[in-house]
Amino acid sequence: MKTTYREALRVAHREALAKDPRVFLMGEDVGRYGGAYAVSRGLYDEFGPERVRDTPLSESAFVGAGIGAALGGLRPIVEVMTVNFSLLAADQLVNTAAALLHMSGGQFNVPLVVRMATGAGRQLAAQHSHSLEHWYAHVPGLRVVAPATLEDARGMLWTALQDPDPVLMFENALLYNLEGELADDAGPVDLDRARVRRAGTDVSLLCWGGNLYKTLDAAARLEREGVSAEVVDLRSLRPLDEATFLASVRKTRRAVVVDEAWRTGSLAGEVMARIIEGAFWDLDAPPARVCSVEVPIPYAQAQEQAALPQPEGIVAAALKVVRGG
Amino acid sequence: MTPEVAHACFTQLTRIRRFEEACAQCYAEGRIRGFLHLSIGEEAIAVGAMRALTPADAVVATYREHGHALARGLSMRSVMAEMFGKKAGCARGRGGSMHLFDAATRFYGGNAIVAGHLPLAVGLALADHRLARDVVTACFFGEGAVAEGEFHEALNLAALWRLPVLFLCENNRYAMGTALERSEAETDLTKKAASYRVPAQQVDGMNVEAVADAVAEAAGHARAGRGPWFLELLTYRFRAHSMFDAELYRSKEEVKAWTARCPVATFRERAKAAGALTDDDVAKVEAAVRAEVADAIAFADAAEVEPVAELTWAVTRREVAP
Repeated sequence: MKTTYREALRVAHREALAKDPRVFLMGEDVGRYGGAYAVSRGLYDEFGPERVRDTPLSESAFVGAGIGAALGGLRPIVEVMTVNFSLLAADQLVNTAAALLHMSGGQFNVPLVVRMATGAGRQLAAQHSHSLEHWYAHVPGLRVVAPATLEDARGMLWTALQDPDPVLMFENALLYNLEGELADDAGPVDLDRARVRRAGTDVSLLCWGGNLYKTLDAAARLEREGVSAEVVDLRSLRPLDEATFLASVRKTRRAVVVDEAWRTGSLAGEVMARIIEGAFWDLDAPPARVCSVEVPIPYAQAQEQAALPQPEGIVAAALKVVRGG
Repeated sequence: MTPEVAHACFTQLTRIRRFEEACAQCYAEGRIRGFLHLSIGEEAIAVGAMRALTPADAVVATYREHGHALARGLSMRSVMAEMFGKKAGCARGRGGSMHLFDAATRFYGGNAIVAGHLPLAVGLALADHRLARDVVTACFFGEGAVAEGEFHEALNLAALWRLPVLFLCENNRYAMGTALERSEAETDLTKKAASYRVPAQQVDGMNVEAVADAVAEAAGHARAGRGPWFLELLTYRFRAHSMFDAELYRSKEEVKAWTARCPVATFRERAKAAGALTDDDVAKVEAAVRAEVADAIAFADAAEVEPVAELTWAVTRREVAP
């Protein structure tokens, strides 16, 4: 059936709310308004204000309340409108959700799902364009996933809700309108494995989330240059599925990591480090990174686009890795 | 006051006092490390509040929570073992003084980010409300937390959703060394709670019976589905903020004036005057508590530390090791 990323997410929410009475959704404008990105449109009427719960603008309080509700036996889905606002709840996520199980000697696990939009590209300027999923991927105790496809938008939520630990789900805001075909029987998917989205032999392009499509575009352009690129969608940012991406790199012997975050301290750096640690002797060239320019993301379209990874940049980095120079 | 109540309260007050005095001693000897925040002077709050709660209620506390844990029913052995960093501790020695936890008594810490645990308490109450459980969540915090955004966000959320949370503010007048009047333009904390339509009152936090009565009333209100309640419990920390504190911020006269209102001694005298406690009872309680503390220290001393091989156990429930 033809659908969108947004609709696939909505179906996943509807399924979760219908199947498990402990599940509820809360966040800013998830109810009557229908969600800032319209993911939950219609669910308020269908499930009522107790299960699709509008919150005040108080990220720390409602994320913390999600932690408490999870401890109390519910299965909360907390929508933080965007990763930018999650910084107001970072204390709750890092100091409590992530630490509680270990700190309590294994007594209190937090089965919480936190969803948020991430990424730039819509001319929203410096305070609404962050890609900070790697900050959370740094923290033991959290699981961090990034659905990039319709299948993952449809299937990751239910699996995340079965997880006994906190799961952070990053949805690139440019993907909500993504259209495509989804199998009628599409359902839950694993959160563990990276996926090869395009097979190739000359270079591995590693990416996740919104960059998957720029990277696939780059791979198509590389093909026209006579370079066969393999595209790996990491899907899980913590833990990283090292086995899958290292197998790809060992096969192609070359790697380019694409990351919308700034280069310094980025997850791309971590992925590259793992490649060097795990596949150094299999490499034919130093791996490369394509990240955002280290500047607060500007409003003006040309400047914003110049700041972000683009297919041209990915192609250039891949050609350099493949051909040297 | 009945002899039973007098005995129970005096026993708990004495347990906390003697336990913490012993902790200070063990700290001086290097057997307890890290931060150690004593509640000496503030024991009436933990003891009074726990008397008003049921075993099914939830408790969320701060890093100055030894008294709350003991009054809630954690064994002194498990708390002392935690202070000693031993696996037999109530958090396997991973939390120490600031992070006591116990699932069996619904004791959710031991939280050491000021005000960070207030939202968690609201969430626990949300779950109880949604699952139609007849329980309340008691959330303790110091007056310093009132300056944090979480205080305001959490009170608003609990009031908006009419959740059964008891916000129990232990006002010991100093956030570390900063006096309330040096950090708040409005020092009447009940006004802040009332502005969120949360019923609020001040209580003598040096008086066990006053605390127990006020918390019982608040809990009754919350259990009846009428939402949260805020109590400002006026108290005083007799010791340093932690173990390193030159106490430059308060006068000896002030400390002396408050020490004269010691919640343990004043309770003992009130109970004796009411004929509910005898000198013989006092001596027996003191002896029993002395023995319990000595036993807890011996237990903690002898207990094993968690093996390093278990360092990464339970980082997540899903995977034992990363």
